[in-house]
Formats: sequence, structure tokens, C-alpha cells
Amino acid sequence: MASLKDIKIKITGIKKTEQITKAMNMVAAAKLRGAQARMEEFRPYADKFASVMGQLSGTADPNVFPLMEQRDVKKVLLLVVTSDRGLCGAFNANIISASEKFLEGQQSEGKEALVGCIGRKGYSYFSKSKLEMPLHITDVMGDIQMQDARKAGQQLSKLFLDGDVDEVDFIYGRFINVVTQKPTIKKLLPISATGLESAEGEVAEEEGPKAAYIYEPEPEEILNQLMPMYINVQIMAAMLETGASEQAARMTAMDNASRACKDMIESLTLAYNKARQAAITTELMDIVGGAEALKG
Amino acid sequence: MANKLNLEVVTPRKLVVSDEVDLCTVPGTEGVFGVMANHAPILSTLNIGQMHFNKDGETVKIAISGGFVEVSNNKMTVLAEAAEVSEEIDVERALRAKERAEKRIQEAKAGKEDIDMARAMAAMARATARLKVAGKMS
Repeated sequence: MASLKDIKIKITGIKKTEQITKAMNMVAAAKLRGAQARMEEFRPYADKFASVMGQLSGTADPNVFPLMEQRDVKKVLLLVVTSDRGLCGAFNANIISASEKFLEGQQSEGKEALVGCIGRKGYSYFSKSKLEMPLHITDVMGDIQMQDARKAGQQLSKLFLDGDVDEVDFIYGRFINVVTQKPTIKKLLPISATGLESAEGEVAEEEGPKAAYIYEPEPEEILNQLMPMYINVQIMAAMLETGASEQAARMTAMDNASRACKDMIESLTLAYNKARQAAITTELMDIVGGAEALKG
Repeated sequence: MANKLNLEVVTPRKLVVSDEVDLCTVPGTEGVFGVMANHAPILSTLNIGQMHFNKDGETVKIAISGGFVEVSNNKMTVLAEAAEVSEEIDVERALRAKERAEKRIQEAKAGKEDIDMARAMAAMARATARLKVAGKMS
């Protein structure tokens, strides 16, 4: 059995760890509130954007717009959106393993797989792999800005337009609720009319009044302007969701850690008390034994 | 409420305005236009510039940069990358941005290759719009 002193040192150490995990839990909770609010503020913008795009793309001819061009897919790029920091449980590991699975699936179909990364965790993982990585953006998840999403959007559009890749997908940690975050894969490029066109968009066109929009300038031109923005909006939404999910995951992970610390302290205190009792008993026996011997 | 127009100005950061207004004027790509209640459905892209709306005789000015506007069913939605009501504008910052943009445009004209003229012009337009809305420039 470990000595009294050893146990005491262990208990103090774990108590300190518990303090840290507790503090991190509280910080994550506060940050989660902010991240969730930003995500919810962004949603009306993204929703409106998607509905207008859906409305317009019905009139669009995919051959006119380079960003909508469907090619024979030979090269696929997956944009992996992860967090910059760790200590959030299996959150990033889940995203990365889902990415690996997707990339392997693409490779087994004979396509070439590339990756792009937003967030340092994904970057440090994939920079060790053999996959080509044409873009990576790190240290932006702490304060998510539209310009970072725009930067990624522009680079990806360029890769697509130059023919360096034929399809772009992205994976992010979708925020379902505080305890559930799910790695989700979505298609970014080419922008497909079928993906945008909501079922009701089609019906509305036939109903008449809704479709009778005045377009200024022509619908094609509006689309041309909106498409790059739409890509940015999608990336931005993915970043915001990942940001909120990260904090939620960290909160849960730190809560678990604090609880584990508590359990450990409890069992160690028990062991400590037992050892103390044993030490006292041996001492008493010694004294009693000594007294007996003197008497004799 | 019949002859009021429901106006919403939305940016990625927040819902800037949500109100019932009498008239709203926006800088469309093909020209400035005003929208009143029961306007025909319209979808237009927007320039960088100032928009304003009237409500009960009061006028509110907003600086917006880029985006588009949709009007349907007496509801007007402006989606902009940035929008600031006149009181919110940081005049100091806008002035600095304007100076910077002016310098860049000059340099671009002088033939420096590494400066993107279009970007400098856009920055200039944004700064000018902010200053105008804040009432610091006519």
C-alpha cells in the first residue's frame, strides 16, 4: 500500500486538476452562450440568402455559370472545419475520422482526394498525411469573422474555376444541442440547381404572383453576384456551427473530467483514512507490546 | 397598418432594423429607388451607399455595403454585408479608412502593380457612404 504521504500528494494534485477543469467548464459555458447567439443571429441572413438563391436558380442554366458547371469528377476537395484548440473531448477526433472515411470512400472510387482545413486541429492532423492540401486557415475560430470565410470561399472558387478540383465538399461539427454535435458533410461546389431549388419554389412559379418579380439587373447577373457570396455564407455558417459545437463539447468534456476528479478524490481519501488507521493501530500495538515487556 | 411597409435590414452580425415604415429608399445597382407600401415584388442587387427610411415624419439613414433587397407581400428585406445606422458609425475610423483608400487609389494610378484598384475603390465608397450617413460629408 502506498504510504500516507504519497496519497496526500496525489489528493492535492487531483484537487488542483479539478479546479482547472471546473474553471474551464465555466469559461466554456460563457463562451457557448456567445457562440450560440452569433449562430442564431446569422441564421436569418443565411436562410433568406438560401431562399433567394433557390428562387433564382430555377431560371438559371447551369452551362452559363462556371460555378455551377458539372464536370466529370476526378479530384475532390474536402474542407475540414475543426476547432483551433483541444480539450473538448472527442469533438475534433469525430470530425477527422468522418473526414478520413469520406476521403477513403472517394479514393476507392478512383478519385483523387485533397483536403483544405479551417482550424488548427484539422490542419495539424492532415499536414502529417500524404494528401495534398491547397489551403489552410488557422487561429480564426476564437473570433469568427466573415472575412475569413470570404478568404476560404475565394480560394476554393479559384481552385474550382481553374479546374484544379472538380468538386468541393465541406465537413463541420453540426450543433444539434448542447450535448449532441454531429460531423456533417455537405456539398459546396459546383452549386447545384437541384440542391437549391426547394420544392415549393417550383410550385410558386406556376402560381404566378410570387414569380412575377421585377429583377434588377437581369436574374443571370444577380446570380453571378450572389453565387460567390452564397459560398461565403455557407462556409461562415459552418464555422459558426463548429464554434458553438466546440464550446458545447468542451463544456461536457470538462464536466466529465470534474466528476472523474471528484470520484478519484473520494476513493483516495478513503485509502488515506484506511492507511492512517492502520498506522495508528500498529503504533498502539508497539506501545502495548513494549509496556508488556517492561512489566515482565 | 395597411399602408405601411414592413422593413427588415439583416446582416450576418445582427438584425439591424425591423420596423413598419412609410417609405424606404435604397441604392440599387441600376439606380436609386424608393419603395412604399404595396410595391410590386422586386429583387435587386445593391451598391455600396446610403439607404434611408421614413417613419412618422422622421428619417433614419443607414450606411450599407453590398448585398441585395427583396420586396414581396408588403415585406421588404435588405440583406447587406454590413449596415450601420447613423448614430452607430465610427466617424474616426471612417475618416482613416477614407484617407487610406485615397492613398491607395493614388498609388494605383501611379502604376504600382500590387494594389488592387477595384478593392481600393470599394473601400473608398464604403468610407464615403459612412461619412455621408453620419452627416460629416455632403
